Amino acid sequence: MAMTDASPSAEVPITAADGTPLKKKLAQALFRSRVRAVGLVLPLFAFVMASFVIPILALMWQGVHNDTFARYTPNLTQQLKQWDGVSQPTEAMFVALVTDLKSARNDKTVGRIATRVNQELPGTRSLFTSSARKVKKAKPPYAESMVKINKKWDRLDVWQAMKLTSQSLTPGFYATALDGKYTVDQGFVSQVENRQIYVKLFWRTLLISGSVMLLCLLLGYPVAYLLATLPMRYSNLLMIMVLLPFWTSLLVRTTAWIAILQSQGVVNDLLVWIGITSDESRFSLIYNMTGTIVAMTHILLPFMILPLYSVMKTIPPTYMRAARSLGATPTLAFVKIYMPQTIPGVGAGGLLVFILAIGYYITPALVGGQDGQLISNMIAYHMQKSLNWSLAAALGGILLAGVLLLYWAYDRIIGIDNMKLG
Amino acid sequence: MSRFTKGLMAVAGMSLCVSTAAVANDLTVVSWGGAYTKSQVEAYHKPWMAKTGKTIISEDYGGGIAEIKAQVESGNVTWDVVDVELADAIRACDEGLLETIDHSALPAAPDGTPATADFIDGALQDCAVANIVWSSVYAYDSSKVRGWNAPKTMADFFNTDAYPGKRGMRKNPKVTLEFALIADGVPTDQVYDVLSTEEGVARAFAKLDTIKDDVVWWEAGAQPPQLLADGEVVFTTAWNGRVFNAKNGEGQPFEMVWDGQIYDLDLWVIPKGSKNKEAALDFVAFSTATEQLAAQASWISYGPARKSSEGMVGSYHSDPSLKMAPHMPTASANFANALQNDFEFWADNQDQLNERFNAWLAQ
Repeated sequence: MAMTDASPSAEVPITAADGTPLKKKLAQALFRSRVRAVGLVLPLFAFVMASFVIPILALMWQGVHNDTFARYTPNLTQQLKQWDGVSQPTEAMFVALVTDLKSARNDKTVGRIATRVNQELPGTRSLFTSSARKVKKAKPPYAESMVKINKKWDRLDVWQAMKLTSQSLTPGFYATALDGKYTVDQGFVSQVENRQIYVKLFWRTLLISGSVMLLCLLLGYPVAYLLATLPMRYSNLLMIMVLLPFWTSLLVRTTAWIAILQSQGVVNDLLVWIGITSDESRFSLIYNMTGTIVAMTHILLPFMILPLYSVMKTIPPTYMRAARSLGATPTLAFVKIYMPQTIPGVGAGGLLVFILAIGYYITPALVGGQDGQLISNMIAYHMQKSLNWSLAAALGGILLAGVLLLYWAYDRIIGIDNMKLG
Repeated sequence: MSRFTKGLMAVAGMSLCVSTAAVANDLTVVSWGGAYTKSQVEAYHKPWMAKTGKTIISEDYGGGIAEIKAQVESGNVTWDVVDVELADAIRACDEGLLETIDHSALPAAPDGTPATADFIDGALQDCAVANIVWSSVYAYDSSKVRGWNAPKTMADFFNTDAYPGKRGMRKNPKVTLEFALIADGVPTDQVYDVLSTEEGVARAFAKLDTIKDDVVWWEAGAQPPQLLADGEVVFTTAWNGRVFNAKNGEGQPFEMVWDGQIYDLDLWVIPKGSKNKEAALDFVAFSTATEQLAAQASWISYGPARKSSEGMVGSYHSDPSLKMAPHMPTASANFANALQNDFEFWADNQDQLNERFNAWLAQ
């Protein structure tokens, strides 16, 4: 401070060669380099936004927002907004219904309305499509006329389902995804028992993914250790054996497991030949949960081995020698000195395998049988077959929330800074 | 490692170039793959390409209307003609995803019967024209008959005392529930009436309960012939064309039981906004002409959707001594106790029954 006070340059700023003040020149140079840096990152940022963040947000939005009904039946939506949901539907509501059905018939949108209401109340799809075909004949009073066209229009639950679907912003899909139901008059209620499936599948997905992760760790740890410690010519060969299946198509590997594990397959033939089991009572090793776990463990194993290997490779062998020289037994040295240093690899591999496992659906679909189905199979069903994308989004949203929760727990317990992918 | 990575990237880059090169074509026709697509390529695509000089790209898909919906709603329609099931054709048409097809543009039968009178019931829809009748049946491996009489009825499929062993069934309530009711003694013409009631659904599941522990569930159409060939199951439900093909194309000793068969139609549809709509319409009209439908039947045992084609059905393409007519789902001997899949019932109830079916599986 004293220097600046004394120096005359405090009044006359130092200038660059072209006469601009040095401070300004420096700021310009810094700004340019910052623009360059941002410019380099920008394409990646735009790519991540466009292909990852925005689609996920859009999907999440779809899980709580579905305006199919409100968009294609504007008059009826208006009427339903005023209706209390329990009294007898009024003539004005029927008039709106007739108007909207007529225009939907012309615009070929009646299928979309019908599908949407059918998601809320099964069996109503044909009510809409067939009524739209006959609505031309409807005459005032429309309430009577429509009931004559189809007597289901007399049912209160049909109108309640329409009232629910007319609300574009709805918790209904999340309720369905949790085996519940959102109703007009009672709020949230649970789904009839013989249709409860999703919660069970969520738990099973977590259970199977957890088991696969543990099995991968048990099997992958020794392999990674060998890879990191064997001399180069052996470890290279071992590496190829880890990577070859990694590069083989998922379908090929799944099908190979079918050939190996099926009741007329290699394993069972061997067991019969040895005499462990008889020809009539062969083991069911596939088309059940066992098959799903075995096939998924094999397919995901490299995702555990590779991060583990990359961490183990960096652990200097001198630590182990030091521990031994200070009197530790080999086991104690391994457990106390070596294993704690591999935690970043265990964390990375475990998280990677677990997160990949909860999204698996081709393998469970092929070898899962009746008790090896995962929640992702239901998401695929609603994306591809039933086209109930809002329900698929709700199921996906819950799954995503579960993953984030686990990630958060992992960060609290182990710390995300400790993770090392390679 | 980095050399490997570079190699991988080079391969990926090459395949990218190949796929962009494939964009330039006159018509993209999408179907179910395997022997079925081959029959269409031989009977429809090749003659049409020879006639018009245009090229067709044949793509495979797994059914459903998710892709059509996605293409139409995003405004980027790359499929011109798609082979879909009846329920999907009607649903997609109701939702405004398809072009309407003018039935008067379809060619008449050789004897002059107009197309509208020549197609079988349900084959002509506002947005779709059927090409085949296919059927769900059950099949067994005759070389592995273990001391029992050949099964004859749908009830035999569920009879584990007389026919012990595993059964393959499609992991889908559709067809499975109908089979269960037929086996339980419900006449085919009353199956959907019974299934529309709560008691009927319970009855179907109760019948399925009797064999639940013996069922191997399949999902892809190629699986059931494989399950039979591996000896994994003694009986399996399957699509009749797949079994026929495994038997006559690959020499597997499979036999079909036609009792209680559930038949359905496959139809051509044109997604709304197809860039080659004129060519697509021309292709649909050409391929559903009497001769083409009859020609397809020499490649696979699916029945033609026109009455006038039935008399022209010839022999299997690789075996002139094998007459195809008796192997069609619609042949009178096979058709005695047949049920047509009720698309309206399934459009109404697919979702709830699927949830119930999966909950039942998970019990």
